[in-house]
Amino acid sequence: MVYTFRGGIHPGTHADPGYKAATNTKPIEKLALPDQVILPVSMHIGAPAKPIVSVGDTVDLGQPIAEAGGFVSAPVHATVSGKVVAIEPRLHQNGSKILSVVIENDGEDRLHESVHPYDFASMSNEERIECIRSAGIVGHGGATFPTHVKIQSGIGKCDTVIINGAECEPYITSDHRLLLERPEEVVGGLKMLADIMGVQNAIIAIEENKSDVFPGIEKLIADDPRLKLYPLKCKYPQGAEKQLINACTGREVPSGKLPADAGCAVFNVDTAGAVYRRFTTGMPVIRRVVTVSGSAIAEPKNLEARIGTPVEKLIDACGGFKEAPNKLLAGGPMMGVAQFSLDVPVMKGTNAFLAFCGEEDKRVEEPQCIRCGKCINACPMHLLPIYMNIYGKLDDLDNAVKCGMMDCIECGSCAYVCPARIPLVAQFRLTKGKIQAKRAADKAKADAEKAKAEAEKAAADEKK
Amino acid sequence: MYDLSKVVVTSSPHIKAADDTRSMMLDVLLALLPALCVAVYTFGPRALVLTVISMVACAVFETIYNKIVKQPNTVGDLSCLVTGALIAFNVPVAASWWMVVFGALFAIVVVKMLFGGLGKNFMNPALGARAFMMASWAGMMTTWTQPFADLPLFGKVTVTDAISTATPLAAMKNGALPDASLKQMLIGQTGGVIGETCAAALIVGGIYLLWRKVITINIPAAYILTVAVITFLFPMGDVSRIDWMLSQVLSGGLMLGAIFMATDYVTSPVTPKGQIIFGIGCGLLTVFIRYFGGLPEGVSYSILIMNTLVWAIDKITHPRKFGYALDKKKEAQ
Repeated sequence: MVYTFRGGIHPGTHADPGYKAATNTKPIEKLALPDQVILPVSMHIGAPAKPIVSVGDTVDLGQPIAEAGGFVSAPVHATVSGKVVAIEPRLHQNGSKILSVVIENDGEDRLHESVHPYDFASMSNEERIECIRSAGIVGHGGATFPTHVKIQSGIGKCDTVIINGAECEPYITSDHRLLLERPEEVVGGLKMLADIMGVQNAIIAIEENKSDVFPGIEKLIADDPRLKLYPLKCKYPQGAEKQLINACTGREVPSGKLPADAGCAVFNVDTAGAVYRRFTTGMPVIRRVVTVSGSAIAEPKNLEARIGTPVEKLIDACGGFKEAPNKLLAGGPMMGVAQFSLDVPVMKGTNAFLAFCGEEDKRVEEPQCIRCGKCINACPMHLLPIYMNIYGKLDDLDNAVKCGMMDCIECGSCAYVCPARIPLVAQFRLTKGKIQAKRAADKAKADAEKAKAEAEKAAADEKK
Repeated sequence: MYDLSKVVVTSSPHIKAADDTRSMMLDVLLALLPALCVAVYTFGPRALVLTVISMVACAVFETIYNKIVKQPNTVGDLSCLVTGALIAFNVPVAASWWMVVFGALFAIVVVKMLFGGLGKNFMNPALGARAFMMASWAGMMTTWTQPFADLPLFGKVTVTDAISTATPLAAMKNGALPDASLKQMLIGQTGGVIGETCAAALIVGGIYLLWRKVITINIPAAYILTVAVITFLFPMGDVSRIDWMLSQVLSGGLMLGAIFMATDYVTSPVTPKGQIIFGIGCGLLTVFIRYFGGLPEGVSYSILIMNTLVWAIDKITHPRKFGYALDKKKEAQ
């Protein structure tokens, strides 16, 4: 049985489905330590972390250098040992400058005293969650939602834990290589997550194009009846949280709700690995595997790099560019963020860095919708992208919402199949912003009116 | 340091499928090819001449229009060639070339470009042209010649050239089965317009379009099945139900209409449910016109009528969004 959802697309060519051939057989290579690491305080969703070191401080590998800035937040750790040389805004993958701690590497990789293995079995659940929180573990698939928040808000509500091994984004093979080379980390992490969340149903869901990892996983899960391996149909966006839950359990996450409301908690392959590494070695999040690929890369590779490594070092390690690139992407080609500089650092959610030099994005001037309806068949959320685009352009926000604007997950399936090459996702992002602004304004207006009415009532009461 | 001077920053996604508007239109043209070949075989090279004239005229008119309104030329998307081919497919082979040129003018300029060009027209351009030619040159639009008649390449067709014949539908209008056998209708050896007679070739083209995912099966299936069911349930006259149904389905413009005209993207619904409603509507109107209307054939008018309802059909057939329960009809907040 192969699991899947309705809708979606099949990126790639017949010869190279998913464009993964360049790196899916390349073993993970450890990247040489960089001279400097740049660690932004925002490598996760939620409040930025607060630096707790000063310029000039000597830090050790794994030492916390910034503490969580709130409940939905995550601490940051030194990913090399050395000296803090700057705490200043630096270029971030989101295109703006974000406060970052810059550490000059002394090359010693001196381990911090706080890094020691934990005895998972004897720890209480609170201790375990705190251990995950203090390790700075976030969703390593790219969304970077703090893992401890997901666990805490899911305990009691979730009956299923799913490891997301779909890796449906084209070009990316970092999870594939991890599942193949270090399955014990992933399965070990899943067992721990299942223990913490107290579920009897723990699924590793992997797309069929990675069937070479199945034997290794099957061997490791054989002794635990809670663990199951679900092969998934190869289809984008199979790894989108809602689609993955739907494929594995048949459930739909209600609109505007969280996966926990469908009884599921979904974790990325490397997030499970990070949990395992935290308990078995004590190491917080200091490194990750990044697929460096794309038509402009001379020698595509899967590189294991320290968090904070400038992307330029990764490009160097891959032999530089074959041809001057016209597109640089942090993440996959479907949802990745376009970059304009190689000074940005590798972050916790950076699963790939791609460089293109061909006509991959096929932009056209003045695209004309021909109403072919391909976008509707491709939409994994079963929305009406064609009408969302029309109403969005007209600023008819109510009708845009009716057609599904706020349920759009921006996966890009519609824009990928559009034969007219309409930049649908770009339009949806604009319109979503307008809708959110309007809702905020409406709410402020309603609040003000309420306050005014209350004040008038109070005044009237006083008069009596 | 690397050369990043060519780098652009755009919104995701950063890769696109290979198929574009042009390649899809090319697929439609390819799908029309079997029917054109059969037409040339059956009606002679005059069928090819008319088709080429029509396609060239459409491209020329679109170019001139774009020049006049100072817009980039849109001929490259090839949709005008599809329109041109379909206009020719909708006239009898005895028609004069100048009538086809006027049809092309009406389709491209009035029906398509004046409404804003590809994607904006509310009527199928080829069917609009057919209705226009029918109203203007009714005689020429209903002069049916025998298959394999020896017709001049360009000139006016005279009575001696064309042994005039009746279409199968004309016979069926009176509740009798047509003279042509089912096999003749399948392979196109009956009277009719250039592109409609050979059901088999049209079905081959339809299968190609389905395989290439240019069209979905919703509209053709709903359309043809509706006609089949109604004609089976209510045959006219004292004839075998099966023969009557098959004759109705295989004759006239049904296959051409259901596979190539009703599926025109611009003038058909985009929601799957809407497409089925659209197909059923076309089927009902076709049978009503064939049974009760003044004309023997109703495919083109039924599609034109349904064209006008597309926006409304789309509006009432929004699919159930992911994450919205089936039972409660909760609208998005």
